[in-house]
Amino acid sequence: MERIEIFEKLNEIFVDVLDLDEVELTDATTADDIEEWDSLSHVQLVVAIEKAFGVKFTALEIMKWKNVGELVDSIAQKL
Amino acid sequence: MQTFQDLKKILKQALKDGAQGLAPLKVALVGDTATQFLATALRGTGCLHGFLFDLFEAEYNQVERQFLDPTSELRAFDADFIILFQSTHKLAEHHSLQNAEGQERVADERLAFVEALCQDPAFAAKRIICLNYPEIEDTVFGSYANQVTSSLTWQVRRLNSCLMQLAQQYQNLFLCDLAALQNKFGRDWLYAPNIYMSTEMVLSLDALPYVAARIVDIIAAVRGQLHKCLILDLDNTLWGGVIGDDGIEGIQLGHGLGIGKAFSEFQQWVRKLRQRGIIICVASKNDEATAKEPFLHHPDMILKLEDIAVFQANWETKVDNIRTIQRILNIGFDSMVFLDDNPFERAIVRENIPGITVPELPEDPALYLEYLYSLNLFETASYSDADKDRTQQYQVEAQRVQLAKTFDNEEAFLRSLEMRSTVSGFTKFNTPRVAQLTQRSNQFNLRTVRYTEADIAALAADPDVIDLSFTLEDRFGDNGLIAVVIMKPLNSETLFIDTWLMSCRVLRRGVEHFVLNTLVERAREAGYRRIVGEYLPTPKNKMVEQHYPDLGFIPLPDSATAQYCLEVDGYQEKKNEILKIEN
Repeated sequence: MERIEIFEKLNEIFVDVLDLDEVELTDATTADDIEEWDSLSHVQLVVAIEKAFGVKFTALEIMKWKNVGELVDSIAQKL
Repeated sequence: MQTFQDLKKILKQALKDGAQGLAPLKVALVGDTATQFLATALRGTGCLHGFLFDLFEAEYNQVERQFLDPTSELRAFDADFIILFQSTHKLAEHHSLQNAEGQERVADERLAFVEALCQDPAFAAKRIICLNYPEIEDTVFGSYANQVTSSLTWQVRRLNSCLMQLAQQYQNLFLCDLAALQNKFGRDWLYAPNIYMSTEMVLSLDALPYVAARIVDIIAAVRGQLHKCLILDLDNTLWGGVIGDDGIEGIQLGHGLGIGKAFSEFQQWVRKLRQRGIIICVASKNDEATAKEPFLHHPDMILKLEDIAVFQANWETKVDNIRTIQRILNIGFDSMVFLDDNPFERAIVRENIPGITVPELPEDPALYLEYLYSLNLFETASYSDADKDRTQQYQVEAQRVQLAKTFDNEEAFLRSLEMRSTVSGFTKFNTPRVAQLTQRSNQFNLRTVRYTEADIAALAADPDVIDLSFTLEDRFGDNGLIAVVIMKPLNSETLFIDTWLMSCRVLRRGVEHFVLNTLVERAREAGYRRIVGEYLPTPKNKMVEQHYPDLGFIPLPDSATAQYCLEVDGYQEKKNEILKIEN
């Protein structure tokens, strides 16, 4: 799967889980950029992403992503 | 089952709508791991049951302080329900820090803590819902842990088993069987280690809706929301095949033909429900004689006709038959569960009968039972011997209906019943049933005050309270304890009717008149001059809206609620056909 496809799928997941009207994630997007993305909804995002892509993140990955780009790297590695 | 995401949206929507139609309830959640997600799941699930939880969530890992410190936020919050969630994780951590001798005491320490809460006067009138401990098999001893008293396995199992004993002993303690959920769905479903690392949360997102449902099931049951009745389709639900086409030799049942075993085991489950007091009824599109044939003649049929309270087999619609059953039983549609293998019938019933529960049975009958187990349809908050003969009581009611048809007037019919009532205060023998009636009666219930067994015992011991229970027997049988009245003094001249409720099984028999005569007599003996009654409306008790005026009470003009007054002097005994037996 191309990174661009991963981004498209992630946009959908973020909209659904965070109840947003729309979102345009980039490599540089962080939790600071999206008000609804807090430590609690982060957990929901992680689980929703795991299910949507059929992957499992390690405990350390969940804690360490600095931005969406690193999250996409993690997903891409597992596909 | 809803997802966590669904529950979050349900809660958000309910709050946006101003929580219309939701009953507020104060609930405290105290845990030794992170509980924010569980709190959200609980509030969302509460909305589904018609509750708006005002939820106090303690900072996690403050269990001891919140319960023991007299100035704690938990004590100040004064919750109706307190949910205590101590995890096996923390127990295992504590266990690991002990030497073998200390490990032997791990279960006992936790039990002593829970028992102290149950005994604490501050929580005597609360309901404590304690989650039990799902096992963590640490394999430190392998299976040999079963022979080592200090092992974690031994301690957790002992703890769960002794918690059950505590719950029998203390009326304010209820157990939520988290261990049973883990047995059903597995440890790897209940617990997500990668999420736990960053969140301190020991329940996975997938598990949360189920855990919340099991907790709210208990709250709903305590508040009188219970399923009392199971209505069954026959063909391909109770046996395999179609009796009208396949005949008695052709249907699948028992260990012979096809998947008969699936239906036999399903019937075994239904029979156990019947034994514990669930009313079993049949609604089937069949000729009555054909439908009854397996019950009478099939050797592998586990359910018999005497297990069925109301048997509706005809060519009317299921909706009509369920309405007929409702009229005979006189219980709400929301206390009924309907099982049918046909998705079309299920959809019609669901659309036309609001409130009824219609599970989406799986296509394969082999899966019926495990699916039904997952729904926990028959939660209860009490269980007494009186539950057991309810089926017979409803069958007898059908006989009474028959007899009534042979009389020209109601009075002659009532006289022919030869009714007798035993009047008694609350005693240790009738306390469970009295408490159960206060929890379950919704329709003939003037103020719908719910009491636990401990509450009832306290009322019985209070010399200022006039506590009365009434039984009703007639020539057809014993209805058991059917009415409860609790009166409290407002002042030296006036008694207030705190509770007046009656089982709907004995409507239209003159019991109200008999009870009122008794009330007035007791009030007069105790030197009171008037009795004040109050009607507090709920969605279910409209039938008693005019109860007090109908009995000759006069409305009190200046009260904010519907209050009525009856003068003791000059009271005319109400006519009835019930013979009183004083206890």
